[in-house]
Amino acid sequence: MSGHHSHKDPLLEEIEHLTSQNTSVCYQCGKCSAGCPIRDFAEESPNKIIRYIQLGLYEKALKSKTIWLCASCQTCTTRCPQKYDLARLMDALRQLAIKKGYKPDRAVYKFHKAFLKQIKDHGRSYELGLVRDYKLSNIASLTLFQDMDVAPTMLLKGKLGILPHNIKGKKAIEKMFKKYYDKKGDE
Amino acid sequence: MKTGYYPGCSLEGTGKEFDISLKRVLKDLDVELEEVDDWSCCGASSAHGVNHVLSLALPARNLTQAQNQGLTNIMAPCAACYNRLLSTQSSLMKDKVVKAEVEDLLEDKINGNLEIINVIEYFQKIGVDKIIEKKKIDLSWLNVACYYGCLLVRLGDAGKFDDEEQPTSMEDIVAATGAKPIDWNFKTECCGAAHSISHTEIVESLTKKILDNAMAHDADVIVLACPMCHSNLDMRQLNIKKHHPDQKEIPVLYLTELIGMALGIDGEELGMDKHFINTRQLLDVQQQKKVRKV
Amino acid sequence: MKIGVFVCQCGENIGKTVDCVGVAKSCASIPGVAVSMEYKYMCSDPGQNLVKQAIADNGLDAVVVAACSPHMHEKTFRKAANGAGINPFLVEIANIREHVSWIHDDVPSGSLKATDLIRSAVEKVKNNAPLTTIKVPVTKRALVIGGGISGIQAALDIANAGYEVVLVEKEPSIGGHMSQLSETFPTLDCSQCILTPRMVEVYQHPKIKLLTYSEVEAVDGFIGNFKVKIRKKARSVIDEDCNGCGMCIQKCPTKKKAYSEFEEGMAFRPAIYVPFPQAVPNIPVIDRSVCTFYKTGKCKICETVCGRKAIDFMQEDTILEEEIGAIVVATGFKLYKITKPEPGSPYEGYGEYGYGEYKDVIDGLQFERMASASGPTAGEMKRPSDGKEPKKIVFIQCVGSRDESKGFSYCSKICCMYTAKHAMLYKHKVHDGEAYVFYMDIRSGGKMYEEFVRRGIEEDGAKYIRGRVSRLYEENGKIIVKGEDTLAGVPITIDADMVVLATAMVAQKEAPKLAQILGIPYDKHGFMSESHPKLKPVESSSGGIFLAGAANAPKDIPESVSMASAAAAKVMILFSSDILEREPVIAQVDESTCVGCFYCQKVCAYNAVERKEIKDRNGKLIKVVAYVNEGLCQGCGTCNATCPSKSVELIGFKDEQIFAQICALNEI
Repeated sequence: MSGHHSHKDPLLEEIEHLTSQNTSVCYQCGKCSAGCPIRDFAEESPNKIIRYIQLGLYEKALKSKTIWLCASCQTCTTRCPQKYDLARLMDALRQLAIKKGYKPDRAVYKFHKAFLKQIKDHGRSYELGLVRDYKLSNIASLTLFQDMDVAPTMLLKGKLGILPHNIKGKKAIEKMFKKYYDKKGDE
Repeated sequence: MKTGYYPGCSLEGTGKEFDISLKRVLKDLDVELEEVDDWSCCGASSAHGVNHVLSLALPARNLTQAQNQGLTNIMAPCAACYNRLLSTQSSLMKDKVVKAEVEDLLEDKINGNLEIINVIEYFQKIGVDKIIEKKKIDLSWLNVACYYGCLLVRLGDAGKFDDEEQPTSMEDIVAATGAKPIDWNFKTECCGAAHSISHTEIVESLTKKILDNAMAHDADVIVLACPMCHSNLDMRQLNIKKHHPDQKEIPVLYLTELIGMALGIDGEELGMDKHFINTRQLLDVQQQKKVRKV
Repeated sequence: MKIGVFVCQCGENIGKTVDCVGVAKSCASIPGVAVSMEYKYMCSDPGQNLVKQAIADNGLDAVVVAACSPHMHEKTFRKAANGAGINPFLVEIANIREHVSWIHDDVPSGSLKATDLIRSAVEKVKNNAPLTTIKVPVTKRALVIGGGISGIQAALDIANAGYEVVLVEKEPSIGGHMSQLSETFPTLDCSQCILTPRMVEVYQHPKIKLLTYSEVEAVDGFIGNFKVKIRKKARSVIDEDCNGCGMCIQKCPTKKKAYSEFEEGMAFRPAIYVPFPQAVPNIPVIDRSVCTFYKTGKCKICETVCGRKAIDFMQEDTILEEEIGAIVVATGFKLYKITKPEPGSPYEGYGEYGYGEYKDVIDGLQFERMASASGPTAGEMKRPSDGKEPKKIVFIQCVGSRDESKGFSYCSKICCMYTAKHAMLYKHKVHDGEAYVFYMDIRSGGKMYEEFVRRGIEEDGAKYIRGRVSRLYEENGKIIVKGEDTLAGVPITIDADMVVLATAMVAQKEAPKLAQILGIPYDKHGFMSESHPKLKPVESSSGGIFLAGAANAPKDIPESVSMASAAAAKVMILFSSDILEREPVIAQVDESTCVGCFYCQKVCAYNAVERKEIKDRNGKLIKVVAYVNEGLCQGCGTCNATCPSKSVELIGFKDEQIFAQICALNEI
């Protein structure tokens, strides 16, 4: 009748630290999957992703396309009967997947990178530059022409600036990014 | 005391007409905003998707900018920016460790006292009575589907400004303009804006469902308050039509544009010429009503 | 004083982490200890004999038993010692199991701690005084609160044993939720057919005083001696004069002003009504909030048509006082409402299921009425929106239950069973219909329960889908159900004609208020707490107050009935003697030092502290002091700790006894 000591996998500990949540609260009711807008496009349901974590099958979760297809709409989080913030788990898994070198959905990742580069370089996101950078890094993507054909209309309507807007605090933001990456050793 | 204004990147670009119409409407309502000095991007869906601390530091910089300027509140019209600013302040005040980390990156302190509101709350503050009072055009011929999208109402622990599942606050404002808010089912369904560029096929499918449901419930227009939703619902209609030739068009307006229409402001002054789906027909009826009234 | 120390090994339970032989040996040298020994099972017959023998052999005056918690065997050893001629209150227990062996791994430190605790107990027992139990008389008359199946069962059992019962029901009729049910699981027998004979039996029982449309307003006194105030609400109909002919109901012009509570809002009722045809008593009541007379001063048609002049518009509430010996609380439950909760409500409601705005989304009790032959659709499946027969029906379980976010953490226990029954009833009525059940787990523990669920699936063809539904919305006359089958891992969308939500069983809204009136604890959900979850499941922690049915937690009919009979048995045990004996561990006020600040009265959870006037020989008031009612005091000691002038002491736990215990520990 002595106390129980549990030993958690370090990866699980990292996930629970990143999400500030106990993964075992999920009782697999599937309400998250039932309301997920990208459910029809994802092979693996969102509840399966957290199930993988519960079973210790971390690689399966980190390699799943679902974590990249998550639209961060918070529907799952809002409706979870156990108050588990699944959207936050998806964030954490994306971060870990990058750290561990898994990049299953190039399109989404490249987009995020291009977006952050805009902020780093200019302080604000500059949409034309974003589309350009993203498309260049993702040249094989078929979506290239889909957006490029609306771009001229956007320019005409004055919706896309030809030149980026550089904020005064640009240097400070750049410094912030540098400081952060130096510390994390991230790219 | 003026309300602080955080336009966000989209309002300088694809969501320009949101900014234009907001400012134009406020002029008629005699209220002013004070822009946050040298504001920067909040990181939106990208930063928190890949990087936790950075995703808090980016919005946090704007909180410090506003603080240092002496503002007590910030109005962020973009739903994503609003959500990020609000949840950043809230989560930093709950987690001292991360707060210290973020403050180290910013080389500044967060006091956590800013009131962060969205455009609906802002108009609630101004008062719907003021809209009713200054209303010049009868919009009762217009059936409006109010679209909240996901981020506006799903604030998690950070707060609650309207019911997460059955919000009605936008309808109250639309009703004040005289237009008829309709009942429909996809008010808070996600349009997939985060994947707007990376997974166009998903976004098209989600967007089509939303548009179709609004039209099935006899909406003449969709009204919303998020530039990301707007570029999806408005611009993506062109792509949808390519894949579904029978697809009907429906104009998508910013809430501020609709208020502007009710106040009798010309469409161009509201930036309504910048839409992909033509708003001409709407504006023509507006003009006719205007003439008839005169 | 000669004290004996008896160390129990409790098999391995204590023996594993406490060196009992060593401990017994070292305790022998504590001053005052005449004999110290250990044994494998001290609570066993040989163990008890060992104690008795030692008392006789050594002429002991007091006993310390080092064993398990006093909750377990204090009584055993007191009895044993008493058998050997020692006052039972000169027995002390040192808890070396729960407080030592179960929480420590290490033998030397465990043994050391055990020795300390024993030494401490020895010092206490040196200061113990022989005490005698308190004797109070018993009023052999029971109060049963709530006239559902639990209250009916308890009342009948007690009355059939020959004791008088006052049965109080707040609604105009007894019968409770069971009277609303169509058929019952797992036998599918008609609920009313088995219930109404019991209702009539209550009404006709010479030992039962039935007070419907009444509520308990105040309870004073203590076990065996309660004084209860009951408010009999104005019915506007004179009970004794009404013969239940129903003419007033027939002629009442306000036919569609109020939704019938009994029909769960699916039908109307007039302003003057009986809840349902088999109501007991069959005496109508006027709902003054909708009656034309109370609004405009005109009408009085019911009065005109009543041949017995039984209508009394001026009737007022009356307060009855009853002398009661025991109380059974059988106040039942409410169903979690699917409508948007009022501000300040403990639960959030289900916006994703439309907050009850969709007409064809109903709850379990509404389905019961729809399936009932006496219900608003005469037992036919007709959906509320257009009266059409639903060809595709979806049942959703765990709405409000097992939901930390929008409802309650607990499982409502009966929904798995009644949903299986609903699916079955539906398939029996609509042969070509499809029935889907969204569930998380199927909890069908109970005699013939699992077999019942399997029958629904295998024979009646109900399709079970494992997953919670995320959203419901109305589109083109259908309710769109968005779910996921978590077993196959596929999203499921069903365009249903009707949806039934198996909503949680929740505590009555007024339950906490009643619990406060009774002075019994309730949990955070508003359910009345039992005294011990295993061994005292029908007792409240206040003497003489017992619990039955869903007032305590979600329960089905068989369980409610068993609990009611158990509570009735407890009442009968209490009534079996004229005098009640109870522990003398109660607070006592030293009147000479009491300053009459009455802090003790404020902190007493049992309303046991009263004001006592001290007068001189001439009847002149000298001072007012606190006085402890021995019947009510539970000996918790809160007053003792609060008293600023140190005038309250707990008999058996006086300050000097406690100090001696602490000092003994300090010797280390």
